[in-house]
Amino acid sequence: MYRYDEFDQQFVQARVDQFRDQVQRRMAGELTEEQFRPLRLMNGVYLQLHAYMLRIAIPYGTLNSHQLRTLAAIGRKYDRGFGHFTTRQNLQFNWPALKDIPDILTELAAVEMHAIQTSGNCIRNVTADQFAGAAADEIADPRPYAEILRQWSSLHPEFSFLPRKFKVAISGAAHDRAAIRVHDIGLQIVRDEAGRIGFEVFIGGGLGRTPFTAWHLRDFLPEEDLLAYCEAILRVYNLYGRRDNKYKARIKILMHEAGLETVREQVEEEFERIRDGALKLPHGDIERIAAYFAPPVFETLPAESAAQAAAEAADPAFRAWVRANVHPHKQPGYASVTVSLKPVGGIPGDATSEQMEAVADLADRHAFGEIRVSHVQNLILAHVRRDALKAVYDGLVAADLATANVGLASDIIACPGLDYCSLANARSIPVAQRISERLGAPDRQAEIGPLQIKISGCINACGHHHVGHIGILGVDRKGEEFYQLTLGGSADETASIGDITGRGFSTAEVVDAIETVVDTYIARRQSADETFLEAYRRLGLQPFKEALYGAA
Amino acid sequence: MPSQVITANRLTDGRVVWLTADSVWDEDVNRAAVADDKASVEAALAKSNPAVSELNVVEPYAVEVEVTGGRIVPKSLRERIRAEGPTIAGAYAGERPAAARNADIRPQIA
Ligand code: SF4
Repeated sequence: MYRYDEFDQQFVQARVDQFRDQVQRRMAGELTEEQFRPLRLMNGVYLQLHAYMLRIAIPYGTLNSHQLRTLAAIGRKYDRGFGHFTTRQNLQFNWPALKDIPDILTELAAVEMHAIQTSGNCIRNVTADQFAGAAADEIADPRPYAEILRQWSSLHPEFSFLPRKFKVAISGAAHDRAAIRVHDIGLQIVRDEAGRIGFEVFIGGGLGRTPFTAWHLRDFLPEEDLLAYCEAILRVYNLYGRRDNKYKARIKILMHEAGLETVREQVEEEFERIRDGALKLPHGDIERIAAYFAPPVFETLPAESAAQAAAEAADPAFRAWVRANVHPHKQPGYASVTVSLKPVGGIPGDATSEQMEAVADLADRHAFGEIRVSHVQNLILAHVRRDALKAVYDGLVAADLATANVGLASDIIACPGLDYCSLANARSIPVAQRISERLGAPDRQAEIGPLQIKISGCINACGHHHVGHIGILGVDRKGEEFYQLTLGGSADETASIGDITGRGFSTAEVVDAIETVVDTYIARRQSADETFLEAYRRLGLQPFKEALYGAA
Repeated sequence: MPSQVITANRLTDGRVVWLTADSVWDEDVNRAAVADDKASVEAALAKSNPAVSELNVVEPYAVEVEVTGGRIVPKSLRERIRAEGPTIAGAYAGERPAAARNADIRPQIA
């Protein structure tokens, strides 16, 4: 993976020193909260309900075992022994003290990590497919491009005060696991007829108060033009994006108000002006960055593993886990493993320090020391020999991390909600816990099949509820928590925003309502092979509405 | 007027604190000074203002509460969760690992 060069290390260290000084001045009363707030936010420090929260960037969701162990150690030393992995492939600590944060950042800088650009109206951490460099269906590894974008966007002076935050996601496979169509810029790696690598470009996707799936901006952008084109988009947005109303400031609103053709014209014009300038990416530069992401040295192995087959025959629980959590790999004899952070009844995305260390150890032993974070809030060991799957599984069982539920009903995305978040209207985590307890029995999940439930505690939609097959949005109704359901959302290449079912459900009603939706699907599906999403797209909202509210 | 107490987050570690009758910030909502009229709320807020006080807190504000059986219970769910901690049952979220530095964290409700 990418290693900091001298410049990266210097600027991260300089930032830590600067922030240490700012914290000291704040504690000494030399800075007011009003003066300090933007400074702490630039370093990923939020003030939540009970404590400060520190959001640490994990570029494109890739970590090495050393970094994960450092996160574990920080969790133990400065927090309550756990961390929370987010839908932005980041890690949040929920309980750090402000006075300790400069020390935490120093420990992070020592392993080439920081919290810069995890807040504020700038270009945020670039996210990517969690199976990058491993997936059997991949055209090219998206991470070198994500890293090039990271370098370009880090402390980019022109784009440090955009109208609003700006998120870029990139997928290397046609099957979109990075939710690129709900990002400000979504990049899909493609090849043209000549076999050259480039990008299909999407623009203006986003969730929140006004959700949109992205507009299709360009069929093919040659790879050497990546930065010039993104710079052109950002310039157009920086110039025309609204600054009068924060709810109308994202690029999706500009797209909606100005229209695709106008924006495209402006972007293309600016692009033509700068495309042959300093941002042109020489092939050598791309190769230099790509070398950091060179595949590990794989053994030549048969596609099937006799050891895996024997273990599956002997252990049905292992077999079930392989079915749900193991993903095909481009290299014969290898697989990618998803480590579910969604135990039934647990807190989605949370991992204890001990669990992080267990995953780091397994990564060192069986996965070239590399770990990924998915936007679904799980961890991934990208390159595991099929012969070693049983050993990995046994290690995960010992760490309470072997839940076999990836892509199933209990693999729920949930934001921190009102238990932690100062912007929340309602709690998310307890609802996720209750749903997973209701639907998480192995037989029940198997009967239901692929199902993505996503929960947000307010309209900011950090829990991606709009693109959940079943989405749940917490709202406040006269001081009480209510939950609005949306159905039929999707975050993949068939992205769609879910339809609101009708009036919301109380805390007491919401789990029953989810089960009603699930049972309606099971009763109406054409066969067990028709997934929830397929059935919903065929049937529409009506039968679910009737089941939830009675025939009107 | 509904009864009110003054709350804030402590500057050094962000913990939730409540203003007592002695103008001290305390982590226990039950030790907060309850104000029953506008004038005393305003007086308390004035005292708590970080610009004029020595007290190191962030953004104090008044919260409506009910006093029942000697216990002070904030009216809104948000403030109850601030007062009592995350509501998440089980799990370590409410535990205090021995190694944790934050010895001043109160135990959480289940
Ligand atoms: S969706 Fe709302 S409640 Fe949930 S984390 Fe985001 S801002 Fe907080």
